[in-house]
Amino acid sequence: MEVIAPQAVDTLIRLLAGDGYEVVGPTRRDGAIVYDRVGGLEDLPVGWTDEQAPGHYRLREREDGALFGYVVGPHSWKKYLFPPEETLFRLTRQPDGSFVTEPGVSDIPRRAFIGMRACELAAIDVQDRVFLGQAVQDRGYAARRRDLFMVAVSCAEPGGTCFCASMDTGPRARKGFDLALTEVIDATQHFLVAEAGSDAGRAMLDRLEPRPASDAEQAAAERVWAEAPKKMGRSMPGDAREVLNRAFEHPRWEETAERCLSCSNCTLVCPTCFCSQVEEVPDLEGQRTERVRRWDSCFNQEHSHLVGGPHRESVAARYRQWITHKLATWHDQFDTSGCVGCGRCITWCPVGIDITEEVTAVRRDPEGRG
Amino acid sequence: MATDAAATLPDQAMAPEPWRIHSVRRDVASNEVFSWTLYPEPGMEPDAAPAPGQFNMLYLFGVGEVPISVSAITDDGGIVHTIRAVGSVTRAMQDLEASAVVGLRGPFGTAWPLEQARGRDLVLVAGGIGLAPLRPVIHAALERRSEFGRVVVCYGARSPGDMIFRDELDAWTARDDVDLRITVDRGTAAWRGDVGVVTQLVDRGGFDRRNTLAMVCGPEVMMRFTASSLERRGLKPEDIYVSMERNMRCAVGFCGHCQIGSHFVCRDGPVFPYPVMEPAFRIREL
Repeated sequence: MEVIAPQAVDTLIRLLAGDGYEVVGPTRRDGAIVYDRVGGLEDLPVGWTDEQAPGHYRLREREDGALFGYVVGPHSWKKYLFPPEETLFRLTRQPDGSFVTEPGVSDIPRRAFIGMRACELAAIDVQDRVFLGQAVQDRGYAARRRDLFMVAVSCAEPGGTCFCASMDTGPRARKGFDLALTEVIDATQHFLVAEAGSDAGRAMLDRLEPRPASDAEQAAAERVWAEAPKKMGRSMPGDAREVLNRAFEHPRWEETAERCLSCSNCTLVCPTCFCSQVEEVPDLEGQRTERVRRWDSCFNQEHSHLVGGPHRESVAARYRQWITHKLATWHDQFDTSGCVGCGRCITWCPVGIDITEEVTAVRRDPEGRG
Repeated sequence: MATDAAATLPDQAMAPEPWRIHSVRRDVASNEVFSWTLYPEPGMEPDAAPAPGQFNMLYLFGVGEVPISVSAITDDGGIVHTIRAVGSVTRAMQDLEASAVVGLRGPFGTAWPLEQARGRDLVLVAGGIGLAPLRPVIHAALERRSEFGRVVVCYGARSPGDMIFRDELDAWTARDDVDLRITVDRGTAAWRGDVGVVTQLVDRGGFDRRNTLAMVCGPEVMMRFTASSLERRGLKPEDIYVSMERNMRCAVGFCGHCQIGSHFVCRDGPVFPYPVMEPAFRIREL
């Protein structure tokens, strides 16, 4: 086990930038921790934490100067790999009435992600199966995904809406990273345990000049890993898939629909939701046009557009589609749950609908007798 | 998980390629239904020829894209698509004439299981524009007529004026090796045929209940009642195939719009064995 000082994270960011990476990490903006370009430690939310509950998110200062003393905010790395808006193709009309098609994606930067949580590594694995694991691969996603340098952070203090332990996706980062960090802070010491997960990660770690962990440091890190799963604010029943597969006609969905605003927040903050639509954006002269892909949501009525009207007209049907897809039918499609337990959909739901509570309620009353 | 047809697609499966309209056929007096015969522009190398039941994404420059089933396949690399003008894209397509260029990508999805019907009776049941996706099956079955038992085609249209491919219907009526049955929802003074739902044509039987394959395409309520009729006639549910319509946008399982339960209609359908789709007919707004 190897140890680096907090200041080495600053060195890491600068070395990655020097190697030509666009370095992206957590930063504080508009009262939330979001992901954006970072140039050094001064851009990270050092000394901040987040307080999360259903429909509730607040930043608070903390006294210990922790680098990563918060969990996940409204952004996810999805916005870089599967951008909210992307021009797929540019088409130009030809004199003979035909047209030529050119790719819309160019100049994809090589990116380094700093501070990825275990649930977020799991989410990328889920989206890999969608965009890279089917017969047709998404070229833009493949290109953005390929040259990533991924620095993970194992969560020491899971938040109020976190439930990754019950989804078996965290809180410790175990795979899928180049480097993984675990921050240890107590009255006398502040350091990070660093683990390499790839050759590139190993080479970078060597440049940070780590030192071997002492027995006490090793014990402190192991305490963090052992304690973190006990601090989850929430838990998903292990049989969520089976519960939902039996509950297509459960009256719960009508009750939830009375609260649900079908605002689509949950799908926009979800790190695995992949629905999109492609819009035609022509120029005024009609000679050029673009096919622009934008995130879509199964909470929008037009999502299920058919000639006779939306197929999922009711909010109840749309909520059922979302939760059932996420936790049940996703397994059939991609051999994994679509939920990684990050808790964003709970925190950012304006009315605080809680995906774990919904499953628990249906599970407790499978016949819907009330 | 993916279909064999999808496996042959190039990476750029999202890019429309230019195809030229060779001819336009307008079937219904209102021009609401029209068919294009399309050929690829020079220099384009089309993917595998479509199989009956598969669909292409048709694209109109500056307007948008829609999923349309293949309604015939020509011997020389052409594809016929039959389109009903019901949305903004298809209404704009309605105005195009021969020699215009449109975009096409595909073929996508699953095909009708015609090979499974060899040596068996074949029952094809179409409602409205649902005749178009079944039409290439009828063509293939009549071309290879000796490979099948009885061929029964049941077609329900809104009115005599809404019937499509009248010339072909007349030709099939004239043949004694295909049993074409037609009904309309509303007759006219001149109409001497059947009036009523298409299931009554199925209820007449005339096929071997132990050795028949059925393919059904039309509105969902029609497919559901037709499947019930076929089951009442003694067909096993797994010998009934249906073609589903959903909001197919990307056609390759990326965009999420066409899901029915576990299935992406674009990738796992549109042709499904009836038992697989039975929940979709039973559970509202699935």
